Order: sequence, then structure tokens, then C-alpha cells
Amino acid sequence: MDRREQAQVGVRRTVIRTLAVLVGMFAFAFALVPLYDVFCQITGINGKVDATAQSIVHEGVDESRYINVQFITRGSPGLPWQMSVETRQMSVHPGQMAEVDFTFTNNSHSENWGRAVPSVSPSRATTHLRKISCFCFEEQQLEGDERLTIPLVFQLARDLPEDINTITLVYTLYPVDRVIQSVSLDNALQSNTLNDSQSDLRNDLKNNKVVGETI
Amino acid sequence: MAPKLPPQPPLQHSNTAVADSQSHGHAAPPKGILRWLLTTNHKEIGSLYLIFSLTMFFIGGIFALVVRAELFQPGLQLVEPEFFNQMTTMHGLIMVFAAVMPAFTGLANWMIPLQIGAPDMALPRLNNFSFWLLPVAFTLLLSTLFMPGGGPNFGWTFYAPLSTTYAPPSTTFFILALHIAGISSILGAINIIATILNMRAPGMRLMDMPLFVWTWLITAFLLIAVMPVLAGVITMMLMDINFGTSFFDAAGGGDPVLFQHLFWFFGHPEVYIMILPAFGIVSAIIPTFARKPLFGYASMVYATAAIALLSFLVWAHHMFIVGLPLVAELFFMYSTMLIAVPTGVKVFNWVTTLFRGSISFESPMLFSLAFVVLFTIGGFSGLMLAIAPADFQYHDTYFVVAHFHYVLVPGAIFAIMAGVYYWLPKWTGHYPNEKLAQWHFWFSIIGVNLTFFPMHFAGLAGMPRRIPDYALQFADFNLLSSIGAFFFGASQLLFVLVVILCVRGGKKAPAKAWEGAEDLEWTVPSPAPLHTFETPPVFHRASH
Repeated sequence: MDRREQAQVGVRRTVIRTLAVLVGMFAFAFALVPLYDVFCQITGINGKVDATAQSIVHEGVDESRYINVQFITRGSPGLPWQMSVETRQMSVHPGQMAEVDFTFTNNSHSENWGRAVPSVSPSRATTHLRKISCFCFEEQQLEGDERLTIPLVFQLARDLPEDINTITLVYTLYPVDRVIQSVSLDNALQSNTLNDSQSDLRNDLKNNKVVGETI
Repeated sequence: MAPKLPPQPPLQHSNTAVADSQSHGHAAPPKGILRWLLTTNHKEIGSLYLIFSLTMFFIGGIFALVVRAELFQPGLQLVEPEFFNQMTTMHGLIMVFAAVMPAFTGLANWMIPLQIGAPDMALPRLNNFSFWLLPVAFTLLLSTLFMPGGGPNFGWTFYAPLSTTYAPPSTTFFILALHIAGISSILGAINIIATILNMRAPGMRLMDMPLFVWTWLITAFLLIAVMPVLAGVITMMLMDINFGTSFFDAAGGGDPVLFQHLFWFFGHPEVYIMILPAFGIVSAIIPTFARKPLFGYASMVYATAAIALLSFLVWAHHMFIVGLPLVAELFFMYSTMLIAVPTGVKVFNWVTTLFRGSISFESPMLFSLAFVVLFTIGGFSGLMLAIAPADFQYHDTYFVVAHFHYVLVPGAIFAIMAGVYYWLPKWTGHYPNEKLAQWHFWFSIIGVNLTFFPMHFAGLAGMPRRIPDYALQFADFNLLSSIGAFFFGASQLLFVLVVILCVRGGKKAPAKAWEGAEDLEWTVPSPAPLHTFETPPVFHRASH
């Protein structure tokens, strides 16, 4: 085999190998999405809370310390709801069961779907917070002008690290219908002659609850 | 006591292969525009890349001047804040993806085959394709400025949800443009790896290659590793915007912080993609004009590889304030500081090469020396930013802007200009006008420092980046920066003048245009004929 042929075989081999790496890295980028979620769930980093109900653990109440639990609620553009909480903060013992009422108000005259997404700070406390019942596990539907009060039932684990004295729970309301949420797209569509067919599509999507919880 | 430097054998090459390399017949190239559209010649494609990059350098520069003009004094004078945001974003995107990266690819196209004794790149037609993707990509990107809602306005880092939920409608075009530019970079990288690994002159081992070739080989591997991640991120954005997924949308269970992790997993190696070839250029120029072999060749190679490997482990130092756990803050802080070690080795080697050298100060050398000094300043401000608790204060201030402009402008761009002045005699057969080139150098170095040095102080005093208006106490720093920016921008016209004059004529250059230059490219005539090394040169390694 002369030099030139040898080089060509080498080039082909190099190209195949680099293409394999390329495909691998592209797949890796997408694999990072579930890996990241798993990593966050195991470590509790990022304040991502388990979205399923947990059962009460009877481990006795640690009456030697009080934990200050704060509640923050936030709305978001695109959903005409208001969310309020009966008390901004409460003191609980680790191991003690606690209940607090949250009120959702639909300020518009039409029916909407929404979801309250929780976040816990400091993130180290995330794995020590057990939610027995929470509106955040599922999407909520409110009729026009409806007002709905739902309790949050939770318990702090006794093994909560000693240095944590305050835990902040933030709930952010998000509209479930993604097409409505995209405000800039809406503005662009308003100048569009296809406006009517688009809003039909939007209504279709609104009735379809699956949209918006793809991931 | 004189320190004993290890004797480095100068490379010796055979000159005989060159003379008869022109004897092969080549079909006459098509005339006019078709010649450039269809060319598969590495020298012509290299020139196309360089011309494209220079054009984009001026377009990105004009965007920067719009930004600096608005910041000349507090208050809103010239542009709307929305347009200001588009200017900062487009300036970053154009400079990173359309000016610096294609300039290095152009230099690689021109010089790598010449430096390793190959007749052309390994995949010449692919080479043509990777270049012509670029004008398509950036015409598309620039056209978004004229679309309803304007162009990208979310910063060159395009953090979600700014770039998804709150983005202008043109974002889909931005994603497409970035995809095309990314494919171009990937194809270029594959070509460079295939060329370097398979087409070296007989007898040239990997550890005999010039450092520009080495740094580009490592850069190409970085490109292969991270450009697909960028492609993945923007594909997720595309799906979030158009197909109702929620990769980065908290409402649907996604996470905006995930975007930052993915982006910087690409982004940090990306910033080294923009500096490693610069190391290679400077490592060629300093020995030439110090008339001494490079000190510590092997350690230079290992340091480059170490920097490349570490670049995958430090991405979260861009996100110290997103709420990382303490362990992660410490890990990313220490791993970032570790990069200073191989970088320090490099700076040490350059300085030691200069030590007791017989130095002359032609324009390529001036730019290279400025590179060493000013890049080191940028490196030190980088070390300051690596300190996690200090970064809580510096994050998103003009201190960061000062830092990365010091490593990119007098870093990457000065190295590119040094490389152009160094190799222009080989490309055109004429020396660049040394007097004008020296003026260009002195204007540039004054302009760069006047523009970016005050930004350190503005940043430390708390001025946030990416804002069109600012508090009165930052007025003086911004005034200086703006004057410097216009001075620097205007002085780059001198660079264009020097290049044009050099193409049209000037002092004739011999094959070995610089007295101390030793690599294979200096064995072919100046200007380099269209086809070189058709018969591979015999590479002689001088024995100790």
C-alpha cells in the first residue's frame, strides 16, 4: 500500500471515530437532562421537592427546638390567579405535623388550569421535608371567579440538620397552557391574519390537560 | 552564574522537494466568483475564512461602538434599551462565533498543511462546505435585527427563560443560525484532526509538530466534544419555544438552572477554543524573534492538554451565585484555580525563551509580547473571579467584562494579528509595511488598555454589565472606556490598510522571511504557490 492510500485509510478511520464521538456527545447532552433531575432529587440540591405524597413517620416530636417555616407565594404573567396563605410563617418542632391553608383565587371570568411549583430553601432541608398532602402534586382547575382553599400538610423529619433554623417554602403559580403563557408569541400572532385559526388551536390545547406536563 | 538552558536542536528540513512540486498538472480553476465558491484549495479557503472573519470583526466592532456610544455618558441618549440589548448580544455572538473562531480556522487552513508538509487538508471538499456554511449562518443571524420584535436581546449566553419564554419571535432564526455555524465548526474540526493525524511529512512524529499544530489538534478535540452539547442545548430551546416541551420551564417541571449547566459545559471549553490556538501562534513567533528555540516544548504540549482537560471540570464557576451547595462551590473554585498552574507553565516558558535571546521588535513580536503581558493580566483577574466568595460580589459586573475582554482582545485577537503579520510575507510574497504596522500596534495597545482597564474599577465599584444607563459615579470610567473604544476601533482601519498594501506590493520576502523562523512553511517559496508539498518533504530531526 503506498503512502497516499495509507493516508486515505487513516483519514476514513479518523472521520468515523470523530463522528462517533460527535453523536455520543450530542446524546450525552440530552442524557444530562434526566441525570440532572435524578442528581437533584437524590441530593435535594436546587430545592426540588418530591412531587408525590409521603406518609407520616411517627418518630416522636423533638420539643427541644423550634423551626421557623416561612411561606412565600408568587403569581406569574399569563395566569390571572392570586395565591395567598393564611400565615406568612409558623414555628414547628421537628417531627410535628403541621397544616396551613392556601387560598387560590381566579380573578378572571373564565376557567383556567394552573400549577403551583414548590421550591425549598435552604436546599439541604429539601430531603427533610415530608409533604403528606399538597396542592402542588397536581394541576388545579378554577372556574371563572372561583375561590378555593386547600391545606398543605407537612412534617419536618427529626434528622433535620442542627444548624437549620429557618426553612422557606416558595410556591410559584404557572399556567398549564403553554401557548397562552408565551406572551411574545401572542403579540406576534395578533398581527397575523391566521389569528382565528390560532385561537382555535389554543382552545384545543387548553382542553387537553396533557400539554404542559410533557417532562 | 549563567543558567544553562537545555540545548534545543533546530529543526532541519530538506528543501529539495519543493522545487519540483510545481511540475504536476492541475486543471485551470474556474474564473470569477465560481473559483471562490468551488475552491478546494486550503490556501484559498484559508484566505476566505480570514477575509470573512475580518469583515465580521468590523461588524461586531460597530455593534460594540453603538454600545460604547450609548454608555459615553449616563442617561439614555442614542438608542432604545431594547436595541441596546440587541447590540450587546449581537456583539458577543458575532465576535465569538464569526470573528475569532473563523480567524483561527482560517489560519489553521493556511498554515497546518504547510507546517506538517501536507499537500492540502485531508477532506478538501468538506473544507469548502464548512466555509460556505458561515456566510449563510451569519447572514441569517444578522437578518434577525430587521425582523419584527428585533434580534436576539438576551446576551450571548442566551440564558433560558430569557431566550425561550421572553424571547423575541426571531429566536428560532437565531437557533438555526447557531446550528449552521456549529456544524461548520464541527466539520472544520474533523478536517483538522484528520489532516494532522494522517498527513504529516514522513518522519514527523507528533512531538515534532510545531506548537500551532499541536494547540489546534487539542482545540479541534475540544470542538468535537462541546459543539454537540451546544447543538443539544439550542435544540432543547427550539423544542421549548415551538413544540411545547419544558426542558427549561419550571411550570412544566423543567429547570432554568439546567440551561446554565448545559450552556457552560459547552461554554467554558469554548473560551479555551478561542485561546489555545493563540498560544500556538505566540509559541511560534517568540522563538523566531528571540532567535532561540522555544523553551520547554514538551511542557508546552502537556500544559495545553492539561488546560483542555481541566476546562471540562470548571464550568460551574460561571454560576457561583445560582445556589450551588458548598461542596460544589469549593470544587469548582479549586479546580478553576488549578488552571493557573499549566497556564503559568506556558507564561514561564515564553519568558524563559526571551531570556538572553537576541530579540528584535518587529510587529509580530510586538503583538506577541503584548499578548504575554496583557493575557497574564486577564488571567489574574480570572483568578480573582475564581474565588467563590469574591465572585458573589463581582458576578455580572463590569469586572467580568474587563476580565474576558483582556483575555479575548489583547489575548486572542492580538495573537491573530501577530500571526497575520508573521505569515503575511508567506501569503503575499511581500513584507507588511513595518512602519504602519508599528503605528497599528501602538494605537491598538493604547486603545485596548484605555477601553478595558477602567472597566475593572467600574466593576469593582459595582457597575452591572448589560445595562444602557448607569449611576452617576461611574461616569468618568465609562467616558474613558468609550474614548478608548472609538480610538481602538479607528486604529483597526490601519490594519486593513497594511494588509491591502501588503497584498498589492511591498518589500519582496524570501522563502525564509524571518531570520529565526524554523518551521516547514519557511521552506516553500514566498508567496507560497497554490500547490505545495505534492511530494512530501523529508523531515529531518537533528540528532542530539
